[in-house]
Amino acid sequence: MKYASLLAGLVIATAAAADEKPVFTVYAPDYFASDWGPGPAIEKGFEETCGCDLRFVTGDVLPRILLEGAATEADAVIGLNTDVLARARATGLFAPHGQDTARLTLPVVWSDATFLPFNWSETAFIYDETRLPVPPASFDDLLNAPDDLKIVIQDPRSSISGLALMLWVKAVYGDKAGEAWARLAPKVLTVTKGWSEAYGLFTDGEADMVLSFTTSPAYHIIAEGDTTKKAAIFPEGHYFLTETAARLAGSDQPELGQAFMDYVLSDAFQDMIATANWSYPARFAPEDLPEGFAALPRPARTLFYTEDEAEALRQPALDEWLAAFR
Amino acid sequence: MARGVPVTVWGGAAALIVAALVLGTLAAVAGFAGGLSALGPGDWLAVRFTLAQAVVSATLSVILAVPVARALHRRRFAGRGALITALGAPFLLPVIVAVMGIIAIFGRAGVVNDLLSMLGLPGVRIYGPQGVILAHVFFNLPLATRLILQGWQAIPAERLRLAAALGFAPADSLRHLEWPMLREVLPGAWVAIFLVCLTSFVVALTLGGGPRATTVELAIYQAFRFDVDLGRAAALGLVQVALCLVALALAGLVSLPAAFGAGLDRGAHLPGPAGWLRVQDAVVIALAAVFLLTPIAAVLWRGVPGLAALPPEAWAAAGRSLAVALASTVLVLGLALPMALAAVRPRGGWVEVAGMLPTVASSLVLGTGLYLILRPWALPGGLALPVTVAVNAALSLPFALRALLPEARTLAADYDRLAASLGLSGLARLRFVTLPRLARPLGFSAGLSAAFSMGDLGVIALFSAPGTATLPLYLYNLMGSYRMADAAAVASLLMILSFALFWAFDRASRHADA
Repeated sequence: MKYASLLAGLVIATAAAADEKPVFTVYAPDYFASDWGPGPAIEKGFEETCGCDLRFVTGDVLPRILLEGAATEADAVIGLNTDVLARARATGLFAPHGQDTARLTLPVVWSDATFLPFNWSETAFIYDETRLPVPPASFDDLLNAPDDLKIVIQDPRSSISGLALMLWVKAVYGDKAGEAWARLAPKVLTVTKGWSEAYGLFTDGEADMVLSFTTSPAYHIIAEGDTTKKAAIFPEGHYFLTETAARLAGSDQPELGQAFMDYVLSDAFQDMIATANWSYPARFAPEDLPEGFAALPRPARTLFYTEDEAEALRQPALDEWLAAFR
Repeated sequence: MARGVPVTVWGGAAALIVAALVLGTLAAVAGFAGGLSALGPGDWLAVRFTLAQAVVSATLSVILAVPVARALHRRRFAGRGALITALGAPFLLPVIVAVMGIIAIFGRAGVVNDLLSMLGLPGVRIYGPQGVILAHVFFNLPLATRLILQGWQAIPAERLRLAAALGFAPADSLRHLEWPMLREVLPGAWVAIFLVCLTSFVVALTLGGGPRATTVELAIYQAFRFDVDLGRAAALGLVQVALCLVALALAGLVSLPAAFGAGLDRGAHLPGPAGWLRVQDAVVIALAAVFLLTPIAAVLWRGVPGLAALPPEAWAAAGRSLAVALASTVLVLGLALPMALAAVRPRGGWVEVAGMLPTVASSLVLGTGLYLILRPWALPGGLALPVTVAVNAALSLPFALRALLPEARTLAADYDRLAASLGLSGLARLRFVTLPRLARPLGFSAGLSAAFSMGDLGVIALFSAPGTATLPLYLYNLMGSYRMADAAAVASLLMILSFALFWAFDRASRHADA
């Protein structure tokens, strides 16, 4: 254990050497910490005005909050997905964000006073037009496609996008969702734990389509100059996903928490979401979007269950999903 | 190891620490949840699938490893040592990297299917239970081969010479030398692999094809993520520990000590049987090499060209991972050596069982339990790397112990009385008897631990803080941000570093052994 305590000592020493400004702690998913993720820009932008030291603590945000309860060190959280909001709300640990939600430009009505969306996108199947010149034109078309059209999806029990797909099918097919899954199942090459594994299989050429987001092609267009990756747009509609930020009611720095909520909807924050997060900003004017984004095709319909509806559908929809694969 | 404190005390203490880590974290999670929750029918299906695939994977790995180990043992050819080391590589690979390699070879767009379609033959389908088993054999065939090869090498040269002098045919050798050795080594190897497959997670979920391939470890993850039901997670964790104990008990029943007696340690190679067996051995070695090495080559082929363009962040993560790997290796050896020596003494069986427990410890339960236990005392962010070191060490310990035990047993049987009659004890005994005799398995254990620790994602999810990302976490972050080309480069870097660490330790010890 000598080495372990040596390491611990080093880590603590480094932390103590930081300056004496008040520390504002934000829990965030792992991707926030990377150089290319939104974390460094958010930290820099907020510290310019807050007179504080913003520190991200990255990892599984909600499990951590649930374990820590009221004793949490978090002043704010960012990156909570719609699928966990009901459980996050049930903790009673969060305070109102105090923002005018009418400013949001989401394709759905959002009037929640606690959880503030900062980005959004919709589920979509992504294909490579050089490998699949004629994609299914609708969800029905996909269900009717020959079984050698292979798709990769994510497990609704371990992945947010997988859960969104489950709810998407439910929103499109309602009582017939079980039947729809039975027709989709033979086309499912494999079900992965998370989005990354599935997307990797797709880019490796293992599958014809992958469950991802309507905004995914923007990455290929902007970062790689590759216009062959496209989202298949279905007239039945696409399922809405958003990530939110919230402040903790028990924080000893409520003013900073409020300032952070203001910052989330500021131009500085919203302008960098598109290319740091590869999704739509929660508040934008269409003309401000980067070129690759503005050209993305938009579905005519956006499907979305309220938090309570989604929570009530979760288990029955999962049973249908499981039955189709047994 | 001071004079007066017997090795059993040191080993017993180490075993207690390990058992407390595994069972204590489980208790902490269950305690937080206010008890265990009942398991649903889905959970029992997961237990059934987990058991079935682990039995098939372990049995296949062990059966296939026997001819490979025998061929490698009785043939000498240029590059044999290098090949033996290289064949060990899959076991050292981070799971996510290995899965990438397997898909590149056996996947729908992989090399094998390309060749088959060129020949006009129907393709192979890797996604499904068969893919899970293929991947598990890919991972574990090297471990089985290595353990069995060590068994062969542990037959004293005197016995082999005697056999040659008596004109033993291959069938006689099999009956009098090889079978008793296999009888001792195989059950242990089988259990080790069975336990590895029991906690399989990423393999099952990427290659499994669908929710039919749900393993217990995945069910634990879902209990955490989807249901936030810590009581169920702890109950599933207990099921894993129970399965581990049953498997160990069964292996203990069928395993018999080989009792070849002591030799003079003169390395001697006797020519293997001639004739068609030469061809058979050559084919076996070639097949194993192709199966085990092509996926690795595929990972390098894709990733190495991108290495030069990796950002400094990647190299910083690599540096942290190296530090974590070395620190946990020191910790593993500090625990494994006294435990191995204590386990082979009378009434030391429980030490071995305690040492095997971490194999089936769910890293999620371990991480969450540690988090709950440590949180009142320390800021989690500062604990990220020390906790990763400790957990990686715990997870590698069973393999270190598995490699050390057979030779520790032989050592105790063959040298205990001699050492006692010479009054050799304490440090002197450690230096003149124990360490030289155990150099090879110690080096092997150190190499394994370092490589595992390098590649394991560990429990960083609850403890991580910016600036503490290890290379595997960095790899996941890249994949989660569309950066698949960079991810391929990092995967190859991870593989090269894991392998280099193993090679360095293993080689150092084989020099000692000559």
